[in-house]
Amino acid sequence: MATKTANRIAVTGNAGVAQAMRQIRPDVVAAYPITPQSDVVEEFSTFVAEGTVPTEFLPVESEHSALSACVGASAAGARVMTATSSQGLAYMWEVLYIAAGNRCPIVMINVNRALSAPINIHCDHSDSMGTLHSGWIQLYCKNAQEGYDSTIMAVRIAEHPDIQLPVMVCYDGFIVSHGITSLEMVDDEEVASFIGTRKPPYSLLDAEHPISMGNLAFTDYYMEVKRQQAEAMRHAPRVIQEVQEEFGKLTGRHYGMFETYRLDDADFVLVALNSTASTSEIVVDELRGKGVKAGILRPRVMRPFPWQEIAQALSRASAVAVLDRAQSPGGNGGPLAIEVRSALYELERRPRMINGIYGLGGRDILMSDIRSVYDRLQKLAEGRGPSEFEFYLGVRGD
Amino acid sequence: MLEIRWHGRGGQGAVTAAKMLAAAALRQGKQFQAFPEYGPERRGAPVQVFTRISDEPVRTFSYITEPNMIVILDPNLIGKVPVTDGLTEDGVVVANFKGTPDELRKTMGIKGRKLYTVDATGVAMRTMGRAITNTPMLGAVVRASGAVTLDQALEEVRHVFEDRFGPKVAEANVEAVKVAYEETQGE
Amino acid sequence: MSVNLKELSLKQETLASGHRLCAGCGIGTIVRMLTHACDYPLVVANATGCCEVSTTVYPYTAWRSSWIHNAFENASATISGVEAAYKSLRRQGKLDQEFRFMAIGGDGGTFDIGIQSLSGALERGHRFVYVCYDNEAYMNTGIQRSSATPLGANTTTSPVGKVIPGKSRNRKNLTEIVVGHRIPYIAQASPSNWRDLIRKARKAFETDGPAFLNILQPCVPGWRYEPNQSIELARRAVETCYWPLYEVENGEYKVNYQPKVKLPLTEFIKDQGRFSHLLRPANAEVLAALQANIDREWELLLKRAGVAPKEAQPAATT
Repeated sequence: MATKTANRIAVTGNAGVAQAMRQIRPDVVAAYPITPQSDVVEEFSTFVAEGTVPTEFLPVESEHSALSACVGASAAGARVMTATSSQGLAYMWEVLYIAAGNRCPIVMINVNRALSAPINIHCDHSDSMGTLHSGWIQLYCKNAQEGYDSTIMAVRIAEHPDIQLPVMVCYDGFIVSHGITSLEMVDDEEVASFIGTRKPPYSLLDAEHPISMGNLAFTDYYMEVKRQQAEAMRHAPRVIQEVQEEFGKLTGRHYGMFETYRLDDADFVLVALNSTASTSEIVVDELRGKGVKAGILRPRVMRPFPWQEIAQALSRASAVAVLDRAQSPGGNGGPLAIEVRSALYELERRPRMINGIYGLGGRDILMSDIRSVYDRLQKLAEGRGPSEFEFYLGVRGD
Repeated sequence: MLEIRWHGRGGQGAVTAAKMLAAAALRQGKQFQAFPEYGPERRGAPVQVFTRISDEPVRTFSYITEPNMIVILDPNLIGKVPVTDGLTEDGVVVANFKGTPDELRKTMGIKGRKLYTVDATGVAMRTMGRAITNTPMLGAVVRASGAVTLDQALEEVRHVFEDRFGPKVAEANVEAVKVAYEETQGE
Repeated sequence: MSVNLKELSLKQETLASGHRLCAGCGIGTIVRMLTHACDYPLVVANATGCCEVSTTVYPYTAWRSSWIHNAFENASATISGVEAAYKSLRRQGKLDQEFRFMAIGGDGGTFDIGIQSLSGALERGHRFVYVCYDNEAYMNTGIQRSSATPLGANTTTSPVGKVIPGKSRNRKNLTEIVVGHRIPYIAQASPSNWRDLIRKARKAFETDGPAFLNILQPCVPGWRYEPNQSIELARRAVETCYWPLYEVENGEYKVNYQPKVKLPLTEFIKDQGRFSHLLRPANAEVLAALQANIDREWELLLKRAGVAPKEAQPAATT
């Protein structure tokens, strides 16, 4: 057990999330180990071995089977969780869409890691960014605390009667997953009453009301099913905010669809996910000290993407830099830039925008890198400096 | 904010030491962060580990490139690995070194800063019978930094080792921290 | 454990009529026999394939039991999830009702794309019955070869050409691969021998652990024969020892049926369009090789079961 004082513990991000899973007490967990997710599964399997949780744990032979088993278990009415990273998520790809299409409220931990090739075990966001269109709700977390909190909230969001969709909780591989920090835990009983029990509308284990799930839907019905799925996602912003509000009342930790830092009067805004947004706060403080109006916007919910609110929040800025820890080669910027840029389209007056690709394969992002981005923004606003939209940060030859 | 960069070799327990220091900081009600450089580390290969301790929440997740304290677990790294890279002007060096801080200063060719030495290998052999230098070096760091109290550190070491290896190993490690704490020489 | 036809006729059908399987398809017959053998509510996980697409066209379903389709290769993983949920909910007192679990897939979803998922679920020891309805090619997608397709068979991806006379490899023996998993119960069955099939299905459902049934399923468009010949062809597969009926219970082999006279393979293949080219003299070698493979497999099986052959049969064609 981790070192503990009152409700604060010193743990790695992964161990913290494993604690959340212990408190959630899922009926079924099916998972396959992969770096840097492995110790989530390892820690959780010790809870199973010690009898701390009532969970049926399936140490499956692949990620494909992990998510496949989750779909079966979820369809059987169980509360189900899994965890993965990178290649594992890629291997689950096919079943991601099935889990969403069958409206299985599975909660998945995805510890963000780069995709091969070249093979690399370190952090970037290409894995989960590739699954943006799979129909999952996606929460992105800046640190271990948020990973822990979001895992608990994800259960409520996924299983809400108006939603019934799977939720992916993402945080940075190694940077957050393996770093030891201080984590404030919620009491076991409080977690239990916060999440309640799952009440599935249908179940394979209801002999009186047998169901067929995953039927063949031809041209005449497929689209109605998919339209209903989209409708569920439309309810998600309301439900996410309700759940976050309730969680805030319980813990004093308040979350939004996105987080801002000194944004209100900011001229130069950096948009970034996860731990990088946190690191950037220090640079913002520094710049503010020099009279530069710098700010940060950190999207927390990528699906459903709160594009109208984000556009509004950025409308005052003179220049925005979106930092992408993933590529979309040949695209209109990285995946996050594509989202943000399209959100800005509706604005009467749009800020200038650039897109920095950084941190691929775990390349460390330094304060000096972040400073250089704000420097670019200032020059851009003044009409000087490089005008290219997409640029690479901290890479040889650039 | 105290930013420590630990230099050791894979298998010497630098990660454990950094994590124990962080957890001791928790006991003291401080904020902290500890993480290794995630290279393809193998036993015997040089590794870096980072610890941040602060009164405020730790927001940065970058590697520590401008440490205000470096810790050298393995004397053989001196001269082979650029351990002092980025060390701040008022930075502190804590080294496993059989000699005085002044002798270390000559060996490393360091100007300014503040140096501490302890024969951690010797302490480890005397207290634990094995040349594992991480717990003695934790004692030295506690002495040099004052970031946590000796008692907090001992409590954490006892907690970690009892959990993993039982009370006998735990007490030997506690002894190692204590002895190293006392034998650490500063300038 | 006798199988009484009158009793069976009184059972409610789990697979309702009105499904869209081809006329003469063996799947409907096999599924009805299987479900008749189960006395508990059943949850079925169906791999993508003929059975799945023909029985559950949205917004309809032919299934009166709970049924789930996930993807092509993951019926075993899916049912293992269902079974895990069942165990967990029962253990926690959240569920009283007793269930049985069946995964079903064709040779594509079992021999090929689904073998990893199957192997994993067998090794994990879930209590479920895996049923492979083996029609020896990817029939659902247009009769492409699979690793269950026999030597020489004409499929759309192993076509008979001037240079290559159909599939150039022998089929793989999946039942033996499953035996390697050391699960409690494994059997091969044929819808022609329905008492045997139902008895085996009952045994499989009673097994406290994984059970595997490999069932030959004649396919009208894939094998190319008259729709009223399905059961007859299944029978000839058994009589030629092309499809031996046997079971492996806790590692013990038992051959359930030995034909009095082992018919030559031509009796099985002669009415099937997929083999018609093998009857041409130019392809005599292929036919001989196929016969030799069948003979070898049969002899191996007898040896494993410790049974002497009833009589030596020449491997000649008629």
